[in-house]
Amino acid sequence: MTVAVVQFGGSNCDRDAVRALEYLDIDAERVWHEDGLPADTTGVVVPGGFSYGDYLRAGAMAARSPIMDEVRDAAADGTPVLGVCNGAQIGCESGLTEGAFTTNESARFQCEHVHLRVERADTPWTENFEEGDVIEIPIAHGEGRFEISDERYDELVDNDRILFRYCDADGNLTDAANPNGSTHNVAGILGERESVAVLMPHPERVTLPDVGGTDGENILTGFRA
Amino acid sequence: MPAYTATVTVRLKSGVLDPEAETTKQALERLGFELDALRSADRFEIDLDADDAAEAEERAESMAERLLANPTIHDYEVSAAPAAESA
Repeated sequence: MTVAVVQFGGSNCDRDAVRALEYLDIDAERVWHEDGLPADTTGVVVPGGFSYGDYLRAGAMAARSPIMDEVRDAAADGTPVLGVCNGAQIGCESGLTEGAFTTNESARFQCEHVHLRVERADTPWTENFEEGDVIEIPIAHGEGRFEISDERYDELVDNDRILFRYCDADGNLTDAANPNGSTHNVAGILGERESVAVLMPHPERVTLPDVGGTDGENILTGFRA
Repeated sequence: MPAYTATVTVRLKSGVLDPEAETTKQALERLGFELDALRSADRFEIDLDADDAAEAEERAESMAERLLANPTIHDYEVSAAPAAESA
């Protein structure tokens, strides 16, 4: 019974994720990608960082490593999988989720607190929220602009795959509140199953009360479900 | 088998924002150059042995599909030619 936090060369939010999960009494351990998923894996975090130096495209290398085959199989079997920041980029690159996260509109690395609107409250990651709730979570990325064709975007909407959107403090989806130019303010999406989600903001950085807000806690508790 | 160099050019699909190219364009304008637009692309040169140019292209195309390009945001072109003597 453990959540595997997959560590690639260049991952740097793996320890934070383990600490945040343990604070929530969710058993978690770091797993080096070459070692594969432990037999007792009950959930997977693909953490933030700069796997393989973001060479080629952020997440491109890690997405094609053998452990991601195991992660895809686990996801297909219903194991909860959460990709955060670089983990979200890896999730899209590996086909766990649609679309791509690419260079911010500003062409700069951005590290700031943002507001997110909860678009679905009936997933393991959001069941403690109400639809339309506004939460505050930090971002820290240079390649977080969600990009997808119009046609595929319409499919995401039709299939209710949008989990979070960037918004202002009142929940309005404005351009000013969209930190990176993401298509229709998309900050996080679901995979084929509700148990698979990726998002650019960092819930593990707002879980321990000592370091600021705690809005991330109710996302990570998705691993309890 | 003869040596070939396959060239894979990966560029953003038309309509996909390219902030780095836009920043580069602005830098050129600040230097006094006049230009209407600027697009950037990644070019990969792959040396390999193949029966003929078609096989070299085919293999480079597989590489583009599996890794070098992301079909969500990229188009790519592949060509192959006999490798230069010094390669």
